[in-house]
Amino acid sequence: MPDTHYLNATYGYGIRTWLLTTDHKRIALLYLCSVTVFFFIGGVLATMIRIHLLTPGGALVTPETYNKLFTMHGVAMIFFFLIPSIPAVLGNFLIPLMIGAKDLAFPKINLLSWYIYIIGGCFVLYSFGTGGLDTGWTFYTPLSSVYSNSAVTPAVVGIFINGFSSILTGLNFIVTIHTMRAPGMTWFRLPLFAWAHYATSLVMILGTPVIAITLLLAGLERMFHLGFFNPALGGDPILFQHLFWFYSHPAVYIMVLPAMGVVSEIIPTFARKPIFGYSFIAGSSIAIAVIGFLVWAHHMFVTGESTYAALTFSFLSYLVAIPSAVKVFNWTATLYKGSISWDPPMVYALGFIGLFVIGGLTGLFLACLGLDIHIHDTYFVVAHFHYIMVGGAVMGYVGGLHFWWPKITGRLYPDSLSRFAAVILFVGFNLTFFPQFILGYLGMPRRYHTYPPEFQVLNVLSTAGASILALGYLLPMVYLAWSMRYGKVAGPNPWPATGLEWKTDSPPPTENFHVTPEVTWEPYDYNSRPDLGLAAGKPLAPAHGDD
Amino acid sequence: MQSQLPLYPPEASNFAPHVDALMVFITSVCVFFTAGITIAIVYFFFKYHRKAPDAVGIPIHEDSRLEAAWMIVPLILAMAMFGWGAVVYVDYRHTPRDTLDIYVTGKQWMWKLQQPNGLKEINELHVPVGRNIRLILASEDVIHDFFVPAFRVKMDVVPGHYNTMWFRPTKAGRYHFFCSQYCGTNHALMGGWVTVMEPSDYAAWLSGSSGGSDQVVAGEKLFAEKACITCHVPNGTGRSPSLNGLYGAQVLLADGTTVTADEAYIRESILQPNAKIVAGYQPLMPTFQGQLTEEQILALTAYIKSLQSQPVPVKGSGIAPPTGKK
Repeated sequence: MPDTHYLNATYGYGIRTWLLTTDHKRIALLYLCSVTVFFFIGGVLATMIRIHLLTPGGALVTPETYNKLFTMHGVAMIFFFLIPSIPAVLGNFLIPLMIGAKDLAFPKINLLSWYIYIIGGCFVLYSFGTGGLDTGWTFYTPLSSVYSNSAVTPAVVGIFINGFSSILTGLNFIVTIHTMRAPGMTWFRLPLFAWAHYATSLVMILGTPVIAITLLLAGLERMFHLGFFNPALGGDPILFQHLFWFYSHPAVYIMVLPAMGVVSEIIPTFARKPIFGYSFIAGSSIAIAVIGFLVWAHHMFVTGESTYAALTFSFLSYLVAIPSAVKVFNWTATLYKGSISWDPPMVYALGFIGLFVIGGLTGLFLACLGLDIHIHDTYFVVAHFHYIMVGGAVMGYVGGLHFWWPKITGRLYPDSLSRFAAVILFVGFNLTFFPQFILGYLGMPRRYHTYPPEFQVLNVLSTAGASILALGYLLPMVYLAWSMRYGKVAGPNPWPATGLEWKTDSPPPTENFHVTPEVTWEPYDYNSRPDLGLAAGKPLAPAHGDD
Repeated sequence: MQSQLPLYPPEASNFAPHVDALMVFITSVCVFFTAGITIAIVYFFFKYHRKAPDAVGIPIHEDSRLEAAWMIVPLILAMAMFGWGAVVYVDYRHTPRDTLDIYVTGKQWMWKLQQPNGLKEINELHVPVGRNIRLILASEDVIHDFFVPAFRVKMDVVPGHYNTMWFRPTKAGRYHFFCSQYCGTNHALMGGWVTVMEPSDYAAWLSGSSGGSDQVVAGEKLFAEKACITCHVPNGTGRSPSLNGLYGAQVLLADGTTVTADEAYIRESILQPNAKIVAGYQPLMPTFQGQLTEEQILALTAYIKSLQSQPVPVKGSGIAPPTGKK
């Protein structure tokens, strides 16, 4: 381990050096701690939901409480864990390192965005603690704005505030990637993780203001009886859904694009070869971000929206599937003639592909108009978006943590145990959520605290899976924490990987690089990198394409 | 109810076989791709497993023909899914003319369903096999959704305006219906049963069930109580157009456009009379927003619909001249 690095650079480990830091790496760790808290809250709520659904009548809580459980689970997980997780933790830590910069473009704004997140989070926790929230994370009006008796107002205010955190982070990333790349780091030498975050940032700064305004309007209607969405006051409840999904559908891409970026780093590293179709993967991130803004009303096929609108949005929803498919095909093709290892991050990345494929393909069922009239608002939808957001985004996040943990902490974690955890996660996840596809097709609606007895077997299966899944999440929490003190010292580039972040110490110094690096190689190129200490340069079987 | 584990609910409407066929088609395509990708990954994983600790892979960068292929082939399959799904959906959203109309009102947390003769049911719906059934959906409070898994159809029930849905039951039996749009505390209890009966059984059930005041009678009474009758004089001599023959006809508006007089139009004209002014009339009518319950609006609508067969006066009607009922 280097003598001085960002963790010990300031005198001692005093709390003030953390709370007033403008170092992107330390801010990333502040985020890591706070999103973990929300993940834990959301996870406990999810566990209670699954226990409750063990019996048709509901095993654990009253209907009011059940409705609060799934609402608070959704709000905590989506707004305070999934959306900030990869960008604000891994993106924050890595983007300056990956492009050879000393920090983000606006370090103080970066710290500000964390404080905004914390303030927003406090409002939401206040709502949870004082009566809870029972509107569903979707806040559909007029239920949220008129009829709900729960603490809607503080929750809405909290999410409104939190939106600024997201906007500022996105702004910071865009400016940083544009202006602070090291010499030689051209756009097409950028790591795909940076491309994915660039696309994500676009969605953050363009979409987030809309959800902020929408929730503000719902809050105003609730507090001052202004008629925006309540038909009794001349409003239109469907308008709320248009505004809400205009952000909240692209928000799915805020969650999954960064995970795709993580996987695009892991796969070439552990296949030890350049990623197949670099420009197609980079371009597909941008395509997803752009087309993703044009599909929102596929959440509304059965609201009575016009048939022409439905046809248009169904068509566009199928288009957005193509760039996602392109990524999966390119990742798979990257394995061809690789030198593949099964280090833990790779096991997570392959697990991601498996779950994301199922999640993505089941989106085709929901985009299909004739099928959506049956499966809309059933457990099929619940299963689908958990495959994307938990199977995809969380698997990517955990995989990314494993990949960059040696960089972040300077230490390695137990190899076999972490591989075992990845397998547990994969199996537990499928057991939890696959039965829900069938439940949905059989007709079990979402958000039911009680259900007809014929649905019990599948619900019990799902709950059993959830207990395995919970173990899959607890294990990494334990051994990663353990490794911070007792793990093997990693060295600057343990895998080894090709990115700039691996050319500096682990953990990196506060200024990231002792000397500003200069990039002279193409991304993920193992063959012209003798510095990696691999067999590069030795004669290989002939291949087309070289650098 | 079922001892084994079924993969799909009973097929009991005209839409069910189509939706299930779509499901089989899309599932097949998806299973094919999932299997292909899984096999490729597993095969590559073992075949190209690292042979020596310092071994690297063979660099292969890009192949634009391959990229094109895996964009175009999925696109074609996706368009097939889109097209087939669109056909089913357009059929679902286009209600046939000859329907048996049931009025459905959702409120936290129960359903009221009314047969054409005014017979009311709570959380129960009886319909005959083989008839096209149209549900006219209204909400008293928040958004609900009427969902019958065995029929494979659902539609949101949105406060402030009417949605309609239709289906043709094909198999007698008793099937669940659910509220599938989250609507508050007892959302999960807001369901019931659809009983599909042979037409003769249905007729017997309808005539045998006592109670349930006639919708039309109730509407006619309201029409007088609310003083609608003072302006909407049947023979066309009042300050407002006669409503005889109105339902289903084209109405000529003051701005020169025409509109079909359906449930939504009638509802809007009661609640927001100035939204659409009939050509040749003044905006005199007061709003009834907040003064009528959804059920009263439905009763009035039923009464106005019953006037469909009444003689249309030559003058004093809003109906556009050349076309009557299509």
